[in-house]
Amino acid sequence: MDMSFISYLINGLSLGSVYAIIALGYTMVYGIAKMLNFAHGDVIMIGAYMALIAMTQSGMSPVIAVLIAIVVCTVLGVVIERVAYKPLRNAASSLSVLITAIGVSYLLQNIALLVFGSNAKTFPSVVEWTGITLAGGQLSISGVTVVTIVVCLIIMAALVLFVQKSKPGQAMRAVSEDKGAAQLMGINVNGTIALTFAIGSALAAVAGVLYCSAYPSVTPYTGAMPGIKAFVAAVFGGIGSIPGAFIGGLLLGVIEIFGRAYITSQMADALVFAVLIIVLLVKPTGLLGKKIQEKV
Amino acid sequence: MWKKMNKNTRSNLITYGIVIAAFIIMQVLISTGSVSSLLEGIMVPICIYVIMAVSLNLVVGILGELSLGHAGFMCVGAFTSAFFSKCMKDVITVAPLRFFLAMLIGIAVAALFGIIIGIPVLRLKGDYLAIVTLAFGEIIKNLVNVLYIGQDSNGFHFSTKDVMGLDMEPGGTVIVNGPQGITGTPQDATFFIGFIMILITLFIVLNLINSRDGRAIMSIRDNRIAAESIGINVTKYKLMAFTISAALAGSAGVLYAHNLSTLTANTNNFGYNQSIMILVFVVLGGIGNIRGSIIAAVVLTLLPELLRGMEDYRMLIYAIVLIAVMLFNWAPKAIEWREKHLSFGKKKKEAVK
Repeated sequence: MDMSFISYLINGLSLGSVYAIIALGYTMVYGIAKMLNFAHGDVIMIGAYMALIAMTQSGMSPVIAVLIAIVVCTVLGVVIERVAYKPLRNAASSLSVLITAIGVSYLLQNIALLVFGSNAKTFPSVVEWTGITLAGGQLSISGVTVVTIVVCLIIMAALVLFVQKSKPGQAMRAVSEDKGAAQLMGINVNGTIALTFAIGSALAAVAGVLYCSAYPSVTPYTGAMPGIKAFVAAVFGGIGSIPGAFIGGLLLGVIEIFGRAYITSQMADALVFAVLIIVLLVKPTGLLGKKIQEKV
Repeated sequence: MWKKMNKNTRSNLITYGIVIAAFIIMQVLISTGSVSSLLEGIMVPICIYVIMAVSLNLVVGILGELSLGHAGFMCVGAFTSAFFSKCMKDVITVAPLRFFLAMLIGIAVAALFGIIIGIPVLRLKGDYLAIVTLAFGEIIKNLVNVLYIGQDSNGFHFSTKDVMGLDMEPGGTVIVNGPQGITGTPQDATFFIGFIMILITLFIVLNLINSRDGRAIMSIRDNRIAAESIGINVTKYKLMAFTISAALAGSAGVLYAHNLSTLTANTNNFGYNQSIMILVFVVLGGIGNIRGSIIAAVVLTLLPELLRGMEDYRMLIYAIVLIAVMLFNWAPKAIEWREKHLSFGKKKKEAVK
């Protein structure tokens, strides 16, 4: 088989793993709060900047830098939820929270623009390992690629276990099923939603570090595109479904890299969006989504 | 006579009156030379933003769906009309006639795109519709950036790769040059034309709102299932509002293309950022309030020009104001607080509903 094909496939899976990690954040928040968190992509960018500062300015080791990014993003995610989204939870119009989320996304971008400037900053890879070479030097896989895929698998497995087995995970499922009934059963609904935002934002920090290690630069707009594409991945897999986000992310990453390699690099974004439109028209619930009947 | 008039008619007349008065005041100021050239230069952009804001308000406020790809329709109108004007530059030498035709073509093609995009998109709702319109807007911008069109004695040549891919005879001219866009469009758009376009836009939108069709559209916004059950054709009316809005955005695009000598498509003029900016105008002016959209568009375009030093903070302030306005207007707690402490709270609540 052609070696370049395998190389593209692995790169696609790596990019797809990043999308999958971001998509997990979207899909969990959507499942529980029934809102599209537009600012999720920009939390990725903040995470990347935090890791960058920790590594270059303070000279910390990559592991600690990633931990700092995770902590900052988790706090940020919870604060955003508390200040901007929670007051609107029972608002009459569903548009209001969507527009607010767009506002938060814009706010984060512009704060980053003021603090860090608009120039792209080089992002040092958090993975020092150079990678592996196979097939007598014909196929080389970078360390970041391998680590990204492995991290994604670990996160995926941990999340499924958490949601299925643990108490807070069960509370999450209950709240996403029926908020009122969950509250009557003594579940702290607000706390559970905050926890979901915290997990989603922590994952966004991990995704941000991995994404910027693979494409080694960061700007205030770094998060916007991967954020939107990860949402596409979440819709593709079926919004609200954790395995769906995983499969959707991987497929989308592979489609994007193949499109870039075999069709044209300028149209790769358009290709991803075309996938979204086709999925929504043919199977609006996504690959693994559940159909919800609308009640009168 | 004023007293006898319908409340809507009176309110509409006030809106027209404000626009006409603003135009006359600006014309007087310009002719007496008391306006800086900078300010004079942004008169056409203001008209463009007013049209965009009013047309987006038709979708967001009247139809009740969030479209994030509005700049895409502007892009379509801009590029088709600029293409036409550039081709016809030497054929039709009468500028107003050429511009009029360009306007018709820009509007028609934008409306066509509105229908093509609207048919699949309007089956979705809420968040999905928002993200798909965003996707369409980005696809349009992407497509325009890889489009190359040239003209020689054999007719038009198309390519999606580069200028060499056009395979033209030596004497051929490149009309659309990929990311470099279209250069040398005749600058036919004037403040007066922009003003006329605003009046036409207002006439169309305000009459639509107060018509049987408009009430049908608003009933879909308020309760789709109830509207459907009394026999309103939901798809038809949704598509109607969406297409009219796209056509109006197309007309703004035509003005845009004929106001600049170089037309390129990037994130700031035809991308996501522009769509969000227009959304900010609509939200700050009041969702569903046409007069508010006009005022917000004018003020928010003028302010940054007048406060030059604020440029860096402009988008930051927009973002904060956007969040604050949404929280203040829509959060159940804020509504409760307003009712208790502000006398106009009660009236406000009815308007909101």
